[in-house]
Amino acid sequence: MMCRVRGMFPLLRGRTGNQRSWSWSWSSRFFTDSGSSSAGLVLQSRSTDVHQNLALEDWIDANVDLQRRSVLLLWRNRPAVVIGRHQNPWAECDLKAMRRAGIALARRRSGGGTVFHDLGNLNLTFFASKKAYDRQRNLKVVTEALRRLRPELDVRATDRLDIILNGHYKISGTASRLSRQSSYHHCTLLHSADRSALSAVLRPSCPGIHSNATPSVPSPVANLIDHAPSLQWEELVEGVAEQYNKEFCFSSGTVLVDPSDETLFPDVGRLEAELRGWNWTFGKTPKFSVETQLQLPEARRSGRLQVDVKNGRIDGCSIDAPADWICERLSGELSAVLVGERFCPNAAAAAVAALLRCENRRMRELCAAVLQVMG
Amino acid sequence: MAAVTRGSFSVFRRLVSQQYRRRCFRLQTFRSVRTLQPLSSTSDRKLQMFSSRTLHTTIMSRGPIVQFKLSDIGEGIMEVTVKEWYVKEGDKVSQFDSICEVQSDKASVTITSRYDGVIKKLYYDVDATALVGKPLVDIETESSSELIQEEDVVETPAMAREEHTHQEIKGHKTQATPAVRRLAMENNIKLSEVVGTGKDGRILKEDILNFLAKQTGAILPPTLFQEIQPPPPAAPAAAAAAARPAATPATLKPPPIAKRVFTGKDVTEPLKGFHKAMVKTMSAALKIPHFGYCDEVDLSRLVSLRSELKSLSESRGVRLSYMPFFIKAASLGLLHFPILNASVDEGCQNITYKASHNIGLAMDTSQGLLVPNVKNVQLLSVFEIAQELNRLQTLGTAGQLGAADLSGGTFTLSNIGSIGGTYAKPVILPPEVAIGAIGKVQILPRFDAAGQVVRAHIMQVSWSADHRIIDGATMCRFSNLWKEYLENPASMVLDLK
Repeated sequence: MMCRVRGMFPLLRGRTGNQRSWSWSWSSRFFTDSGSSSAGLVLQSRSTDVHQNLALEDWIDANVDLQRRSVLLLWRNRPAVVIGRHQNPWAECDLKAMRRAGIALARRRSGGGTVFHDLGNLNLTFFASKKAYDRQRNLKVVTEALRRLRPELDVRATDRLDIILNGHYKISGTASRLSRQSSYHHCTLLHSADRSALSAVLRPSCPGIHSNATPSVPSPVANLIDHAPSLQWEELVEGVAEQYNKEFCFSSGTVLVDPSDETLFPDVGRLEAELRGWNWTFGKTPKFSVETQLQLPEARRSGRLQVDVKNGRIDGCSIDAPADWICERLSGELSAVLVGERFCPNAAAAAVAALLRCENRRMRELCAAVLQVMG
Repeated sequence: MAAVTRGSFSVFRRLVSQQYRRRCFRLQTFRSVRTLQPLSSTSDRKLQMFSSRTLHTTIMSRGPIVQFKLSDIGEGIMEVTVKEWYVKEGDKVSQFDSICEVQSDKASVTITSRYDGVIKKLYYDVDATALVGKPLVDIETESSSELIQEEDVVETPAMAREEHTHQEIKGHKTQATPAVRRLAMENNIKLSEVVGTGKDGRILKEDILNFLAKQTGAILPPTLFQEIQPPPPAAPAAAAAAARPAATPATLKPPPIAKRVFTGKDVTEPLKGFHKAMVKTMSAALKIPHFGYCDEVDLSRLVSLRSELKSLSESRGVRLSYMPFFIKAASLGLLHFPILNASVDEGCQNITYKASHNIGLAMDTSQGLLVPNVKNVQLLSVFEIAQELNRLQTLGTAGQLGAADLSGGTFTLSNIGSIGGTYAKPVILPPEVAIGAIGKVQILPRFDAAGQVVRAHIMQVSWSADHRIIDGATMCRFSNLWKEYLENPASMVLDLK
């Protein structure tokens, strides 16, 4: 049932030629009235880079005419933490641990909570017109596919749009985004993810965060292979694609795509750069404040730090250090220097290093304590 | 293109459609005959959207305030949380501009404006719960915008307008001003098919016209650009415009020289963060009495040595530049002149001779001038210094230099020559007492020992030192030693520890 329709692409490229203004309409026409008779399209991304895949989602949402056809995109990522549109990365994950482990951080455009992606997690994105937006039906595709593949598993979708295995374990979470006439609904599916990495990384970066950002609701999770060890990845992917076609009466084969290919997806590089940028990933954090103690071993006492962070940058900062150990003017200077900097230990390190050139050891200790809080 | 007219504008409407066929845009014709009749809805009639739009080319009329309600999102959701506002009261919005971001049950929705106008009131704060069907914002529209409320608007084959949805947004927003959108709509052009050449991919008038030209093969005369401008209020202008027939390429007029109005404004903002700290550092630095000492170094032998070693180093995965040699030579020199690796306290009462040679390297990063240092150069080989430099450079470009790398320096070298320049007057970075600025390597003619003119790789170096504790002779001798090591790299081998 799998027909790889890659042959179409050379045809497409030959016709687009060098006229950039026409290639937009050509590739969008591929998605609207291509040779294949189906009105549905199943794409599988070749890339495992979370930002490239999210950029591809954005591109499809913006450029494909979803009134006439629906799209299912299947993708997976190298280890990465993906936070929801309105979440706070400092509250959701441990940024220092992620940097050490080389785990990427991405903010998606849909709402919802934080998820940990790795190569054992299958992501499915159902693109449809706003009229055809039906998340329960999309989840039915997944549960039916699983029922066909492994009838002994008890999988069902809940009201919260999670998929629960054997009545207890969550194997899938959902998020979605609504646009003018289009919509997309994406969900995860835990096939064989590394659960230990998950717990090490999904905890706050620093203590004392007060925030109104969307919180994540933790649940006990399980992998499909824990309960159905013979289920292969390819089998799962094929099964889901097949069920999608069955449910919506399409007859599309699975097409492998490369999200960084600008001839197929013009301008996707710009979408990717935007998603990778600091301004999107951290700058879109709703405002929050941090109130915590400063460890000052030399002073043998502790100080207090209170920081307001707006758009990822320090908006207001007040440092309370024992007045007999370091004079108030100096702690005031440190606060003043931090205002306006990103809430990031490296960004602050530069400002602090410049300040430290003229100051003494105690100041250095105070600065080190403050930077430690930032992660 | 059916031009269905309505009301008292019929004559001019027809005039427009004729001209429209000839691809001229005489929008200004209408301004003089504009009336402010309230347009009652006779919704069965089709009308061209642009007719309502022509009436607000430049004059912002105070129209009715429309309560823009939050419309149904589907799935029976009755309330959402407002997460972010993109506008504030008093902002001007166009149709399709984003107003706010709301979230409901894991779905994120961007609400866009249906009207052009000015935001008058926001009904909710961030994190408040908004109810479906209740007002979200008040928009003061232009009077003619009432027409937009018509749902059965023009259905031309090339651009079928979809059913009304209040949340009208493209995930990829096509940037274009209302005038440009009007132009596109008149010509049944989809904005998504036009390549924008303005800022951020914004679609300009020229882009639409170019697109049309490609489609029709017509060359549109440059005078057209002048016509879509706010006309003088006098009626004769309208008459003259009406009298002028469709312009042809033959009647090219030289465009009138527009008076350039400079609209730039001074921008004042407070110095924050890193820049504020730099002000403090540099002010403190200049309190130190500097003296300068410059010299030139013949690097010919070092150049050939490096080219020999480069491939070996790369096979080990490390890029080898000249800096590791400069740094190592400086460290060897500091062993003989430890006063250059010292620090004085604030009142210049005590001098501390630092044991480790933590040689800093001035780096120009996106954050500004950062000076990470290589720790304990006295213990490192040239290769190890190169490795450490590579690591610092990668971190520097990524903006990830940590506090440990940035502090603790005792001596600094600034390779300004990598960007350009020969001689410089570097400023000492407290609490250090000396600094060297290295210029670029140039190939210049010099006399060799036999009196012949040869090609030599010449590099200038400029030292600055704290004259309170360092005298010229010390600096000079250090510089000579450093120069000696670099001009005869073999001598470095003798003294390497």
